[in-house]
Amino acid sequence: MSEQPEEVPRLALDQAAKAFGAVQALVDGSITLFPGEAHALVGENGAGKSTLVKILAGVYQPDSGTLAIDGQPVVLSGPTAARDAGISIIYQEPTLFPDLTVAENIFMGRQPLRVGRRIDRPAMNRSADEIFTRLGVALDPQRQARGLSVADQQIVEIAKALSSNANVLVMDEPTAALTTVEVERLFEVIRALRGEGAAVLFISHRLEEVFAICQRVTIMRDGRFVRTAPAGDITVDEVIRSMVGRDLDVLFPKTQAPVGEVVLQVEQLSREGVLHDISFSVRRGEIVALAGLVGAGRSEVARAIFGIDRRSAGVVTVRGQVLPNGSPLAAMAAGVALVPEDRRQQGLVMDLGIDRNVALASLARLSRFGLISRTRERDMAADWANRLQLKFGRLTNAVSTLSGGNQQKVVLSKWLARDPALLIIDEPTRGIDVGTKAEVHRILDGLVAGGLAVLMISSELPEVLGMADRILVMREGRITAELSRAEADEDQVMRAATGQLKGAAA
Amino acid sequence: MTTATSALGTRFARGGALLRAREVGIGVVLLLVFGVTTLHNHNFATANSVQQLLSGAALIAMLGVGETLVIVTRNVDLSVGSIVGLSAYVVGDLFKDHPGTPVILGFVVGIAIGAVIGAINGFVTAALRVPSLVVTLAMLYIIRGIDGLIVNGVIITSSNIPNAFIAIGFRTIAGIPWLAIIAFAVVVIVAYAMRSFRSGRDLYAIGSNPEAAALAGVPVARRVFTAFVISGSLAGLAGALFLALHAEVDVTGGTGYELLVVAAVVVGGVAIFGGSGTVVGAALGALLLNTINQALVASRVSAFWNEAIAGALLLLAIAFDRWLSLRVARGLRSAEGAHRDL
Amino acid sequence: MTSEPATQAPRKREYAGTDTSRLPVWQRALRWETGLVVVLVATLIFGTVRSSDFLNSTTGFYIGLNMGEIAIMALPLMLIVITAEIDLSVASMLGLSGAVMGQLHSQGWPIGLAMVAALVVGALGGALNGVLVARLGLPSIAVTIGTLTLFRGLAEIVLGARTITDFPAWITNIGVVPVPGTQLSYSTVIFLVLAIIFGVVLHATRAGRAIVATGLAPEAAQFAGIRVNRVKFGLFVLSGVMCALAGILFTLKNASVSYDAGTGLELNVVAIVLFGGVSIFGGRGTVIGVVLSVVIFGTLQQVLTQMQVQPEVQNIIIGGLLLVSVVLPNGGEAVRRLRARLRTGPHLARAPGTQRPARAVSSSDSGMKPEEKK
Repeated sequence: MSEQPEEVPRLALDQAAKAFGAVQALVDGSITLFPGEAHALVGENGAGKSTLVKILAGVYQPDSGTLAIDGQPVVLSGPTAARDAGISIIYQEPTLFPDLTVAENIFMGRQPLRVGRRIDRPAMNRSADEIFTRLGVALDPQRQARGLSVADQQIVEIAKALSSNANVLVMDEPTAALTTVEVERLFEVIRALRGEGAAVLFISHRLEEVFAICQRVTIMRDGRFVRTAPAGDITVDEVIRSMVGRDLDVLFPKTQAPVGEVVLQVEQLSREGVLHDISFSVRRGEIVALAGLVGAGRSEVARAIFGIDRRSAGVVTVRGQVLPNGSPLAAMAAGVALVPEDRRQQGLVMDLGIDRNVALASLARLSRFGLISRTRERDMAADWANRLQLKFGRLTNAVSTLSGGNQQKVVLSKWLARDPALLIIDEPTRGIDVGTKAEVHRILDGLVAGGLAVLMISSELPEVLGMADRILVMREGRITAELSRAEADEDQVMRAATGQLKGAAA
Repeated sequence: MTTATSALGTRFARGGALLRAREVGIGVVLLLVFGVTTLHNHNFATANSVQQLLSGAALIAMLGVGETLVIVTRNVDLSVGSIVGLSAYVVGDLFKDHPGTPVILGFVVGIAIGAVIGAINGFVTAALRVPSLVVTLAMLYIIRGIDGLIVNGVIITSSNIPNAFIAIGFRTIAGIPWLAIIAFAVVVIVAYAMRSFRSGRDLYAIGSNPEAAALAGVPVARRVFTAFVISGSLAGLAGALFLALHAEVDVTGGTGYELLVVAAVVVGGVAIFGGSGTVVGAALGALLLNTINQALVASRVSAFWNEAIAGALLLLAIAFDRWLSLRVARGLRSAEGAHRDL
Repeated sequence: MTSEPATQAPRKREYAGTDTSRLPVWQRALRWETGLVVVLVATLIFGTVRSSDFLNSTTGFYIGLNMGEIAIMALPLMLIVITAEIDLSVASMLGLSGAVMGQLHSQGWPIGLAMVAALVVGALGGALNGVLVARLGLPSIAVTIGTLTLFRGLAEIVLGARTITDFPAWITNIGVVPVPGTQLSYSTVIFLVLAIIFGVVLHATRAGRAIVATGLAPEAAQFAGIRVNRVKFGLFVLSGVMCALAGILFTLKNASVSYDAGTGLELNVVAIVLFGGVSIFGGRGTVIGVVLSVVIFGTLQQVLTQMQVQPEVQNIIIGGLLLVSVVLPNGGEAVRRLRARLRTGPHLARAPGTQRPARAVSSSDSGMKPEEKK
């Protein structure tokens, strides 16, 4: 069913804006959805997509802008209002009840009833079957939700949305964790949804998928709407250009550091079902970046090297020393430091103070006769706060009171205090304001100039292109390309990350 | 077709069935224990002995039903034992001071006492968001204290209790003790409600994924509150039946029951983390524990071994559940992994 | 590039060099402990009012004598609760170790050796808890209910229905005479020494930091190289040994042991630990708080007993105190939340897919942090 221009759009968001404190997450969020279309929303990290989605979901209220459903202006006061308006969000991480059946998951709180307000189980199962037939999938409604693959869980979420008569389904990176076969099945489901007159908003980094399933594409950049075009009227190149179109000279000019001996050697690192034959090396004085899409396996590489996850095959050598499998302590002793992806859960103990967090990985050094010297602890924290220009009230304030950028500095301090040989840093500037971003880049640059080896994982192209000496692009657990600083550009990285062949048209 | 799952996974993946594998398993073990013991000691299978088994398990089974509701929502009720003691005594006291009291009123009073205490537990846990472990622990102290004050050293004996009431404790119908019938009725009613009413399914949702439950519109606080009220009421009822069964009560009535109940419930397959398990399983767990207890006696195993065996059993049950879920998860994961390499 | 402010909106105080001001963490902790001090003083005043010679050394001796073993068990339990676990088997291990010691001694073992054996039993029991909870990842509340029953059962197997009473007189004196030179019972002195050690360990050593980190943020602790499972295992073994020590003292103090020694004491120990300000959610707690809690409980018990208040009422008071100690912090927050919700209208739920952990403690969360951008 193709869209007719005269038709009233099912959903029209116009110039929505949203700020959080000093960070303007969304400047101009606009999108129109017609019934029966699959509409792609693309943009880099930081483009504002997720904020826009949360506004549609009723989780955030926009500071300005309008939303109209079927032509009528609407204010979504909360998630329930959004649900009532027919908008349903399918998140990357499905939230199901593992102990209940698929049918119960779909109808929780709305189970069909028979006489005496008793749940009509056969009717519920039949309805679930009906929905699955409509979607063209075969799932057993009476099966427990626990153990369902991510792909199947997604289908259940979609069924949930349909059962509450959603006519706008927003799918947030739905294919990130799916295999090709599962993606194909999802596409069938999307076609079925379109056939029923629903509108599907398809948010994805994977441009080949976007062009395979969507009728129109909306591109966002830096919190703004850039353009909307029918998929047939735009090429992949044009999309990428619109996505990335900023100047790169805003990035910190990089100082060329002398590259020394090999610090990290990874050979055929594998983890069953997650990583396949990862091999690379990092030398003193260089920054090697792992680029790729969400779900490509980059953080998993970091975790496997550091020993948080056990590897199923492969050898990791640091400064000539082979690391035993699965031991963070051994990795730390060999001089490896890991600034993890999830700052709040993995990088910091949120309720502890700055000083305690900075000291957490250096407890041995700070103690004499087993007793921790408070003065040395405080001095260490103060010293690093000074060096990294941390902005805080008191050293003993809980790190939860700090901004994202300052929190990241605390994590960095924790690890730099150990004088590591290799720093693995996962998403160094995620969720950080622009000013502190530049500071972090400056810090990294200075460290590398001083002889540190850095393995950087980042989803932000400008950061990767601006900071890295070498770029390893990953996709679905494998390294698909290695680019030197000189030869790399956004185009090539994105192609390698999305599985595009060089120079292929959309 | 359903996505590839290992055979083990499929077998345990069916949810919502009337009897899960777990309950059937307990039933099998129960019959085994019964059978083996009878071989050793033929008296174990006499009508009298079986009646004793059923009566002895009835109270714990009833408590298990209430405890299951609470544990399913990821909470715990440690006050049930003390509620039993208090309820038993107050009902006995009622009969003692007002000899003409109808039997039914005794039950009403017992249930009411339990309901009030359950309401307090539920309110503090659900509305004030205090961890139920602490709340019910504190209530345990307080209720024991109140009980002690009321008892004041006076023991209620059978002479204080109307015969009609005591009769409930030992009478049988078609050979089945009244107590067992009442417990059975409670189990059936609650099991049905848990399965067939939205509010019952809500409890499972709350325990399975509290955030998702709230998002799905489940009135979490209200449901948790109700679960505690029911748990308390059943404990109150059990207290009245305690009085009927033992025909006497002092200040120590019901002591230690809470731990017994938790053990029975866990053995019966109710996950301590919430979200799964049935009242049928809990009741079977109570019956199993009691049967094992009596089986040891009947097999001339020194009574001194009872507690140790109960403890070991509980540990085995917990470990087994965990092992099982790990096996299933691994089976499903590797099947999915193989599937994923396409 | 869009014109965005280079820095955040100015914070309370700009970075001011090396700020080495004294730690408000103490302040925050002290609030609870200060409350306890107030309660303690109130209790003492109450006691003195009731009987003018309350505050004499004999009272102190008896309080210490009554509370000593419970107090000793509270110390390792505090650490376990800080790691967000629990050990309900403490009193049963007390009984089991006492039973083992008594049985071996009655079979001719020298008392010293019998005590060592009891401690070994404690270590083994603790190791069982540790393996099940730390290595197998089983829920500690269920496991320790199981071991509570198991240990008690083993005590029953060891002693049967007997009560062993023939212990050397010189050692059962600890139940009668104070440590020479002081007015304190032996168990009190042992407790105080241990409390100091635990205090130093918890607040000033690597191990203590590791324990707190394990309770507050196990994942972050792992990422910092802390072996979370080792920590928990070690604490359970420690608990086993210290409960065995308590069992030894308990038995010798009473100069007798039977299989049901100490039944039900676990609830007292848990109540004392929680009342001492140790959060059931883990990560918070001080030794001073637990010590104060011990003293308060002991003093309160003493006062009430002297007033001839029945043990039942004492139970009510203990339960009430415990309830108050958790309702106050949580209840205050709940009321605050309720009021906030009534003010701002419909509840803004967190959408799934956002990785915000549910935090048990509310620090100064402004509610809006810079969005993690995609």
